[in-house]
Order: sequence, then structure tokens, then C-alpha cells
Amino acid sequence: MKLYQKIVFNQIKSNERVLDLGCGSGLLLDKLRTEKGCEGYGIEKNFDEVIIAIKRGIPIFQGDIIEGLKQFESKSFDVAILSQTLQQVISPVEVLKEMCRVSNRVIITFPNFGYWKVRMNLLFKGLSPKTKQLPYEWYDTPNIRVITINDFRRLCYQHQIRILKEIPLVKNKFQRVFFPLRLTNFFTEKGIFILKKDEC
Amino acid sequence: MTYSVFNFENPEKLVLDCGETLPKIEVAYNTYGELNHDQSNVILICHPLTGDSEALNWWPKIVGPGLAIDTNHYFVVCSNALGGCNGTTGPASINPKTGQPYGLDFPVITISDMVKVQRALIASLGINKIKMVIGGSMGGMMALEWVSQAPDQIDSCVPIASTTKVSPLVIAFDAVGRNTILEQLKLDQGSSGLALARQLGHITYLSEDALEKKFSRKLQVSEKYTYSMSPEFQVESYLNYQGKKFVDRFNYFSYLYLTKAVSYFDLNQAYGSVEQALSQSSAKFLVLAIRSDWLYTASQSKALAYELMKLNKHVAYVEIDSDYGHDTFLIDSEETRDAIKSFLESL
Repeated sequence: MKLYQKIVFNQIKSNERVLDLGCGSGLLLDKLRTEKGCEGYGIEKNFDEVIIAIKRGIPIFQGDIIEGLKQFESKSFDVAILSQTLQQVISPVEVLKEMCRVSNRVIITFPNFGYWKVRMNLLFKGLSPKTKQLPYEWYDTPNIRVITINDFRRLCYQHQIRILKEIPLVKNKFQRVFFPLRLTNFFTEKGIFILKKDEC
Repeated sequence: MTYSVFNFENPEKLVLDCGETLPKIEVAYNTYGELNHDQSNVILICHPLTGDSEALNWWPKIVGPGLAIDTNHYFVVCSNALGGCNGTTGPASINPKTGQPYGLDFPVITISDMVKVQRALIASLGINKIKMVIGGSMGGMMALEWVSQAPDQIDSCVPIASTTKVSPLVIAFDAVGRNTILEQLKLDQGSSGLALARQLGHITYLSEDALEKKFSRKLQVSEKYTYSMSPEFQVESYLNYQGKKFVDRFNYFSYLYLTKAVSYFDLNQAYGSVEQALSQSSAKFLVLAIRSDWLYTASQSKALAYELMKLNKHVAYVEIDSDYGHDTFLIDSEETRDAIKSFLESL
């Protein structure tokens, strides 16, 4: 598992019911089930990934995230996860709201366009940013939404979504302990947020 | 592989949905592979409309030694449905009361009746638990009916290109097929009616893309149009051929009764709602849809998956991307095979 996946994994408690949007081949859900006794459900578009997830015994819906989300009853999950996909969805606000509806907690991870390397790209090269995290050209990128950590905080505030926790993804272990949150938008490649929407 | 015929004990105790009973019910069935000691390897295959008990014949890429439904590991049972014409009692069978074939005197049957008969067969084999019940099209309806009738017996259920309630589109096509047969019957030409009904049916099992790929506008014999009423286009000859071929292996009375049974299928009507029909089940589901199927559309399979998701059932919903339309699960089977294989491995 990649570092951000491990972080997500650690945020989930034993025996929770987990919805993983864009779950790929169901690796995370599989680990959560075997190691934490969680019950999971996945949504994924790609047929080949879906087939592997099925082999792993993961219940899964092949199709669109928003379409799948709408089928679940309110609060039918403890946690809903959207990993590295928010930047690719057409209606991120709707997805976010639906996630908050079907689940108690929401975990979102996304590549941070506020990361200093991305900024340097634009500042010095004058080119649309291309980094290890965001390796695409502007014309073939699936990442149709440009999100920074500050943008995301603001979106949550606007929609009365509470940020329970924000985890800076920094590779250096020492830095991870002493990292001031106000610097994350500049220094981290990915945003990892744990959210909750209180009932109105 | 063994072929056997099961004789229903006390058939008069089975009151059909129409209220009538049959004096005699025979069920033709095939088994493949060996039943293991704890009976945990039973797979029941329900055939589509014009299939029969010979699953290895009509589903050769899916069922067999080393295949997705591996007959080296599983004990596979496949029976000819009630109303069929390949060994199981149907309208072409002899009515013991008259010594003549039933024909239109055969009582109208339903998918539910078919499953009741199949349940008696399974019980007669001493089997209590079915690891997987699987079927495409009409077979998928039977699989869903099984889960509804005997929720405790089914560990997993795989409906392919099927539905919880047959759409008016399907009812319409089947009605035209039946009308064709019924009209021809008046002229004592049931078989030619059946050939025409099959031609119509066959179109609905394909797709625009499949027809385009297979035939385009190609002509069969000459290079130029003959400007006559004789069949010129390849697609015409193909349909004629399919119609004729079908008559040799199928009975027109069975076609009438089986399509009618399909038209009646609606879990809402039978159980109050799909939810009530399926809620008792603890089975795992694999719902397989075919994108190019315009007869039993993917959206109908999806609706079934949604119901199961709402009921918190273990369900996997998969869409097969193929050009071949409804018949995909029978012909272009690679993705069907992969999905079934993975699902079985997870059980």
C-alpha cells in the first residue's frame, strides 16, 4: 500500500462499515476486512479492476460514483472514502454531499495543487504543472478539477462540513510529527481530510 | 455426465399458479461432476428460453472441465424447465387422460411453477444446499425466483441479462411471436409460425452493431439488387436459416407456453415487492448486465442491483461491454466467464 493508503487505513476502526469510492481492485477493503474485521462495499468503473475485487470477495458496483452513492440509504456506512478521485469528478460538491449523507465519517484524499513544486512549475516554466503526483499534460489529464488544500477547507466551510482531522502527507517521519497545519498547502503533495456533516 | 428423468411424486399436489394441476410431471435433467460428501459443491444452472438440460452443449465456454463452472470441482445440475420440449413435461407431452399431446389444453404455467418443479427435483437428489444458482434471461428469472421461494437453500445467485419484472417491450415481442404461431396453427402450420417467431426473437437477441458487423448490407447471392421479393440480403437468409434450424429442435407449443410464462414474471406482483421477495435471502449476488442488450437492458439489471444494495445484501454488479446484445452471455463469453469464475472463487 502507498503511504496515503496506509494513513487512510489507520483512520478506520475495527468492524466499521466502509464504502470505498473508486476502490480499484479492492485492496484497501480487502485489508480492512481481513485485518480489522470491517465490512466493505466498493464502487469502481473499470471492468478488470472490478473482476479482481470480486475475486477478493468484495461486494462492488461497477459504474459511476454518484449513481452508486445515490442507491444507499442515509447513514448506511460508518466511513466513506474517496481517494485521489475528487479531482476527476464532474460534480465534486454533489459527491461530497452524498458521501456525507450515506456515511457518518468521510475521508477524502486528493493531490494538492498548492504544493510548492506545482507552484514552481507554473512560476518558473510558465507551463501547466506536471509533477510525479500530477504527471499528465493539460490536454490529456483526467484531473479536471484543480484543488488546493486551502480551496478544500473553504469548500467544507461553505457547506457546513466539519473537518474532524487534517493529516499532512509528508514523507519525512520527523516532519510528520512537528508539522504545522498552516503550512500544509505549500509543503504537502496530498490533502487528507476526515470530515463529518452534522445534521441540520 | 448423466442424463436422467425424474418422476414427480404426487403431481396433483402441485397446484399451478393458474389453479390447475398436472396428472404427471417428468423432469429431464443432466448432472455433471461428483457431489462431494457435505454437498457443498452444488451448482444449479437454469437455462434460457430455448435451452435444455444439456448445459455443456449450449454453454460450452462456461461449463465443463477446467472452465468457469468447473465440472471437475462442482456438481452441476441442469434440468429442462416445465413446459419445455426436451424431456420435461410440456404441452408437446402426451396427456395421460386423452392419450394425445396436450397442445393448447396444457395449463398455462409460470416461472414460479417451473421453480417449484425444479425444487422437487433437487429434493429428490437429496440436496439441501445450493452453492450457486445461475442463469441468463429466463434462467436468471428462475434464479431470482429460487432465492425468493427457498431463501435458506441458496448460497449465491447469478442472474445474467435478466430482470425482476419483464418489460412491456419483451411482452410485446413475445406476443407477436405467439400470435404468429397461433395464426399459423389455424392453418395447421404451427412449425412455420414457430420459424417466423424465432426470426423475430433472434433479431431481439442481437444488436444494431452486431448486425452491422456480421452482415452490413451485404447481398447473399448476386452482386446487384434483383428487385424481387426473394431474400437478397445476407441478414434475410440468415434469419430464414435460423428459423428453419430452430423448428427441428423446438416445439411451437412449448414456445407459446414458455414465452407466456416469461411475460407473467414479476416479483412485485408475486411477492408484493422486490424487497419482500429478496429480503429473506442471505445469498451473495452477482448481477451481470450486458451493455448492448436492448431487450433485457442493463438498466433493468442495475435496478435489481440497487434493490439489493438498499437491502444491504452482498452484491456485485458488473456490466459486460460487448456488441452482441442479449445473446452475449451465450456467444461472446470471455467477460461473462471471467466474472463468474472470479465470483465462484470468492465463495
